Amino acid sequence: MSKNTVSDRFRKVDVDEYDENKFVDEEDGGENQLGPDEAEVDSLIRSGNLMGALQAVLKNPPINTKNQNVKERAEGLVLKVLSSFKTSDIEKAVQSLDKTGVDLLMKYIYRGFEKPSDNSSAILLQWHEKALSAGGVGSIVRVLTARKTV
Amino acid sequence: MSYHSFLLEPISCHAWNKDRTQIALCPNNHEVHIYKKDGSNWNKIHVLKEHNGQVTGIDWAPESNRIVTCGTDRNAYVWTLKGDAWKPTLVILRINRAARCVKWSPKENKFAVGSGSRLISVCYFEQDNDWWVCKHIKKPIRSTILCLDWHPNNVLLAAGSCDFKCRIFSAYIKEVEEKPAPTAWGSKMPFGEVMFESTGTAGWVHGVCFSDSGNRVAWASHDSTVAVAEGGKTAVCASLTSETLPLLCVTFITENSLVAAGHDCYPVLFVYDSNKAALSFGGKLDIPKQSAQKGMSARERFQNLDKKATTDSKEAVLESVHKNSISQISILNGGKAQCAKFCTTGMDGGMTIWDVKTLESAMKDLKIV
Repeated sequence: MSKNTVSDRFRKVDVDEYDENKFVDEEDGGENQLGPDEAEVDSLIRSGNLMGALQAVLKNPPINTKNQNVKERAEGLVLKVLSSFKTSDIEKAVQSLDKTGVDLLMKYIYRGFEKPSDNSSAILLQWHEKALSAGGVGSIVRVLTARKTV
Repeated sequence: MSYHSFLLEPISCHAWNKDRTQIALCPNNHEVHIYKKDGSNWNKIHVLKEHNGQVTGIDWAPESNRIVTCGTDRNAYVWTLKGDAWKPTLVILRINRAARCVKWSPKENKFAVGSGSRLISVCYFEQDNDWWVCKHIKKPIRSTILCLDWHPNNVLLAAGSCDFKCRIFSAYIKEVEEKPAPTAWGSKMPFGEVMFESTGTAGWVHGVCFSDSGNRVAWASHDSTVAVAEGGKTAVCASLTSETLPLLCVTFITENSLVAAGHDCYPVLFVYDSNKAALSFGGKLDIPKQSAQKGMSARERFQNLDKKATTDSKEAVLESVHKNSISQISILNGGKAQCAKFCTTGMDGGMTIWDVKTLESAMKDLKIV
């Protein structure tokens, strides 16, 4: 019998890391992206200017950065803004966004679906319906195919 | 437009002969079937059996009447008609993965094969050895090449790849041709040189096409975008994010208009404005059948609500001509400058011939510039 039957550590080796043809995404300088400005967004929410808050929170998306904290902070902020909208205002808010805005909103919505909290899924689903009618299936396809996302 | 259902299985790829009376297609297996048009029927006249794997690409050279096929068995064959039968000649591509697409060059003295080996094989015939020889374009391709198209100057080759980029390479073979004149894409064109690389779109590039003049290249990408780049105007790619499912194939029908089709099962028109460097959606090119609107009984309405949570009376049947994704589009008449007819084949085993004039008159807002 071979003497190597005891250890099975070789099974845990990630062979893909050693593949010399492994596809590595291009590095885009993402260190400067800090996500939306928290203070600005908070003040806009408090003052009741929800449309402005939506525009502000969709600025500076942390797409290229590898820092997970920045991404989570941005997602939390977006969720806060989306939850503070009244259901009847959602459609108007989505109409005010341009194509890239709708795509970005979709990305945040799907990221929000990944970690559901108490009421977030219901709110996100309402936003999803309106964003879908504005962006079409194409905006969801772009969420799926984006290599670097929020 | 006329729709003909050839098979129940997807048509992997197709190619037309010069006078458009015969079509060669792969019925999702190892063979190539050639059908001849006889009035309104299509009769199978030849079956080409040589590949050991699915045939992924067919191209029929109009002038020299040769067919080149490539398949997942990592081979390509050049077929010549001898008398009444097609005789194959093996081409060694030196690839170790499946071949994905093949195209004759405009002068038909070379052809290019895109493969999963992350390279393009450009093959030409060497008279001394009586053998097809190939040269490889490897750098900087990092994934499978899905689609190819030749520039009218017989040297430049556009390739769309799974590494999310559309590139234009030079495929200049000094053994078979003269040095090419400068083009809008550059003047120095040694073999394998990258003349253009796309930026801005994500997603696999499913379809690529040069315009008739060769100054513009369009590509369709898996993130539901179509983009056009113009040679000479670097870093300006007009792209359009669409609201539909990804498009799989694209072709120019005039210098400014593109037709693309894909997973949504109907062809779509796009118009490119060169002054504004912008691409705009021209219209959906499908004349849906006017299905009879049946009234719904209350019981049906309640059943719908129970089963599908909707009271819509729309059936879940596609209204388009093709019932499954369209995978390939080819120009029949008029060339890429003034296309009069084009043909689409798809995963539903059907082939549709679209007439541009009829479409223009049927859709009032459609303008093909």
